[in-house]
Amino acid sequence: MQLTGAQALIRSLEQEGVDTIFGLPGGAILPVYDPLLDSSIRHILVRHEQGAGHMAEGYALATGRPGVAMVTSGPGATNIVTPIGNAHMDSTPLVVITGQVATAAIGSDAFQECDITGITMGITKHNFLVQSAQEIPRAVAAAFYLATTGRPGPVLIDVPKDVTQSMMDWWYPASVEEYDLPGYRPEVVLDEGAVARAVALIAESERPVLYVGGGTLKSRAANELLVFAERTGMPVVTTLMARGAFPDSHEQHLGMPGMHGMYTAVTAIQKSDLLISLGARFDDRVTGKIPTFAAGAKVIHVDIDRAEFNKVRHADVAIQSNVGAVLTAFDAAQAMPRNLDVWWKTINDWRDRYPLVYDEPTAEGPLRPQHVIEAIAAKAAPGTIVAAGVGQHQMWASQHWKFEEPGTWINSGGAGTMGFGVPAAIGAKVGRPDRTVWCIDGDGCFQMTAQELTTARSEGIPIKVAILNNAYLGMVRQWQEMFYEERYSEVYLSADLPDYVKWAEAMGCVGLRARTLKEMHEVIDEANSINDVPVVIDFRTDAEEKVFPMVASGASNDDILVHPLQRGGRR
Amino acid sequence: MSPPEPYLGEVSRTPVRHHILSVLVENKAGVLARIAGLFARRGFNIYSLAVAPAESHARFSRVTIVVDAESAPLEQIVQQLDKLVNVVAISDLAPRDAVERELLLATLPLDYKHRPAMLDTITLAGASIVDVGPTSVTVMLAGTPAACDELERALEVFTGVELHRTGRVALPRLS
Repeated sequence: MQLTGAQALIRSLEQEGVDTIFGLPGGAILPVYDPLLDSSIRHILVRHEQGAGHMAEGYALATGRPGVAMVTSGPGATNIVTPIGNAHMDSTPLVVITGQVATAAIGSDAFQECDITGITMGITKHNFLVQSAQEIPRAVAAAFYLATTGRPGPVLIDVPKDVTQSMMDWWYPASVEEYDLPGYRPEVVLDEGAVARAVALIAESERPVLYVGGGTLKSRAANELLVFAERTGMPVVTTLMARGAFPDSHEQHLGMPGMHGMYTAVTAIQKSDLLISLGARFDDRVTGKIPTFAAGAKVIHVDIDRAEFNKVRHADVAIQSNVGAVLTAFDAAQAMPRNLDVWWKTINDWRDRYPLVYDEPTAEGPLRPQHVIEAIAAKAAPGTIVAAGVGQHQMWASQHWKFEEPGTWINSGGAGTMGFGVPAAIGAKVGRPDRTVWCIDGDGCFQMTAQELTTARSEGIPIKVAILNNAYLGMVRQWQEMFYEERYSEVYLSADLPDYVKWAEAMGCVGLRARTLKEMHEVIDEANSINDVPVVIDFRTDAEEKVFPMVASGASNDDILVHPLQRGGRR
Repeated sequence: MSPPEPYLGEVSRTPVRHHILSVLVENKAGVLARIAGLFARRGFNIYSLAVAPAESHARFSRVTIVVDAESAPLEQIVQQLDKLVNVVAISDLAPRDAVERELLLATLPLDYKHRPAMLDTITLAGASIVDVGPTSVTVMLAGTPAACDELERALEVFTGVELHRTGRVALPRLS
């Protein structure tokens, strides 16, 4: 069967089970948009290519399936570089298709030409410049295989216009052997010796902590984690990338560690004698000052990516594997720490002394951002998915929302990409239309990608957006207040400019505003009653509110700063 | 205050703790850029680099990289390199376990005054003359990196020398 390269590309995506593409057409990708009309694949037409990339990420994080985005060459391609970099930092499976100028024009500085494979070399798991139409099926099959196996990540396929316009004989690789990837071997054999050494370390341990990272979610090991944690009775912390991997309501869960982690989670790691890292990478936001991080702990490091071992912290036992297989092996070997009663007594004492607190909200406002998040959570349907941008609101959302299952927390961890929230929430809602999706956003973040609410309205994707509007780039303001002697440099945004309600309405959404406690409850109820169009709420929050606990950048986790309300009784 | 001198990089000499990575890669466009980009963004130092088709296959190339194992732990360099999809196999050779050879070519102006000293230097180093012009000669030395270092140093006393080195290739030592 003869097909054009464009037809072969769409057909290959169908072969891979793609149901949705997020994208925006342009010159070089034009040929591919024609056969798309005849395909069952849903295309979401974004307003900016960055939106397409973050939507694909939100879709992937909510469903566990790879997100797919398609854009044109040149500026279309460079506009999606940020989401690709974001997905690379967070190991999110993504397949990005970019149009390219015709093969003969490559290298001639042609209109809308850019070297996107060169640009994304360092921020993709791999990328391809497809040289002929006949190669398209192999490139697509290999891209999905690479994006979803081993340590997941973004893969880019750059397709010149003449390649999509020329004819090919349809075929599709029948097996991995036909992908032509001689240097890629994602299968790993579990090292039984390493498992035995880990079991021995666990047996000696009196103060273990399960340090759960995003890899636990990526390897779908939440059930194995629950079984292992309950059998051994060990305390659990979940990093920003792992929220939802272990129920927040579980008695053994100490919460999130790190710069804005729970006092108990941070301190339990610091005082532990054994850290069992499950798909985590000892990120600087978790470790603080590295030499003093969990200084008395031995480390069992479980990761699918060997390059993470000994990168930041020496691993006493390193096990290359997906997380679930190791936990199952630990269970089979009856891995068991010593009696943890004393450890739990210490932990529970920390929990009693340093719970998460914030100042009492006042009836007339301004609203407390933490209280707004808790109020939304209290009225949210079970299984609600929460997306966030980056900054104070993200930390408060991670701290104050109670996550009970995988795929319910969508955020930008490693890259810290402002503007991630709205498009990621849209992508999550497309992937899980059965779920309520809230975007907890900041006013700074919202302004970066809000145009995608037009996409959401026109495509019928009813997300809910809560802007915690404190009129500032809040996290920067917090640092300037605490570390730059309150010299506020370029952080004020204004609460009223833009008018978020009018902006929402202009994009076909319902726009609401709340300044007082009464209004806060009313608008949340109203938002919950609207299920056909997107809703945007402008919550006017206190600009002076800061995120606590906090470990200052470069400081030791031992010097964690708790909320001012708790400082009197400490030390 | 006078402006600081522009940074010209470290003086190029074999790092004290160097390792030789013999890397089999797919012979595809951009593979060398992927390797170089990885080294650059992770802050690993390349001391020398040699690339040629591997064996008789057009499909693979062999890249011999001498890395500065002081710039980063060797384990990190190897593991990050191994993650490149186009990298098929890596063998890591400690200098003591490897037979290393390198080619040096140098063109020397032959003025009457220095001619005897130059010819002595060439002969003593075991280099051979491979090209002769009216006023200069080109000499070649294929030898250990240390032998090439020695000849390079010996030629430093003469002016107008143009010298190229290939970077080393290596195989595991049998004896």
